[in-house]
Amino acid sequence: MTEHTEHIDSARSYVLVFLALITLTVVTTAVAFVDLGDFSVVAALAIAVCKMLLVALFFMHVRHSTKLTKLVLAGALVWLGILIVFTLTDFATRGLAGIPGR
Amino acid sequence: MPSETHEETLALREQFNTEAQQKDASTLGMWIFLITEIMFFGGMFLAYTVYRRWYADVFAVASSSLNVYIGAANTVVLLCSSLTMVLAVRAAQLGNRKAIVWFLILTLLLGGVFLGVKAYEWNEKFVEHHIPGPNFHFEGIAQQGPAQLFFSLYFAMTGLHALHMVIGAGLLIMLIVQAGKGRFSASYMTPVDVVGLYWHFVDIIWIFLFPLLYLIDRHLGK
Repeated sequence: MTEHTEHIDSARSYVLVFLALITLTVVTTAVAFVDLGDFSVVAALAIAVCKMLLVALFFMHVRHSTKLTKLVLAGALVWLGILIVFTLTDFATRGLAGIPGR
Repeated sequence: MPSETHEETLALREQFNTEAQQKDASTLGMWIFLITEIMFFGGMFLAYTVYRRWYADVFAVASSSLNVYIGAANTVVLLCSSLTMVLAVRAAQLGNRKAIVWFLILTLLLGGVFLGVKAYEWNEKFVEHHIPGPNFHFEGIAQQGPAQLFFSLYFAMTGLHALHMVIGAGLLIMLIVQAGKGRFSASYMTPVDVVGLYWHFVDIIWIFLFPLLYLIDRHLGK
């Protein structure tokens, strides 16, 4: 049973990813005190997505995962998108028509 | 041709053809469980988004009452625990049994620190009467209802996150005992691997909770 070729990342690469995550945490905290208007949310979420990708790709080994696992994950994100986008198409557009209750 | 029977080991159960196949099946199964968790937390994040839009001003003031430095420090603690967790998985891949145990113990300790800090923060909310309920009082604003809504969401989301941490700590203790008995080796370390996935997932939830609860309205508050 030697066909099992597992990718073992170096400890150094993990430490580098960790340092990137710490840096992003400091950046997101610092940026929160700057008035960017509506872009405060965008900046905070963009940094959070970067951190999520670092954790998922490196710490959770998604970059070494099988195509099936990657496909299933992409599918999950699509479903999460449906949950959020379709709900907000209701809540975020109420009152736009100028008709009470619409 | 049905595959010939093989001797059953931890890394190769009877129903699988190869060790790689068994490992891939375990990983995929864990990811599918985590996806149900993504949808579960997704509903909470969505509820937060909707109410934050409706009561933007009150949410900004209430959010700014949280201590951002404690939140940031706790984020760092959790990221440290993710690093030690991934190093435990790496030690398992290399079959370094002693290192598995030590990195798992470090992860458990850091998880404990996170929960301790969280308990301190929650206690502060009790002292400040920021617990939703009959004694709720948030100073300086007229709309107490939406402020209660913010803290209801705060406690529901951080509480569920903490519950996942407690479950994770239980899983870590189980792994530490098993690793101490020498159950894991380079050819069989699936439990360490999938608990690692769970631990990192809980970390990712906090990566989103921290900016949403503590940060995004910081520039408006005070």
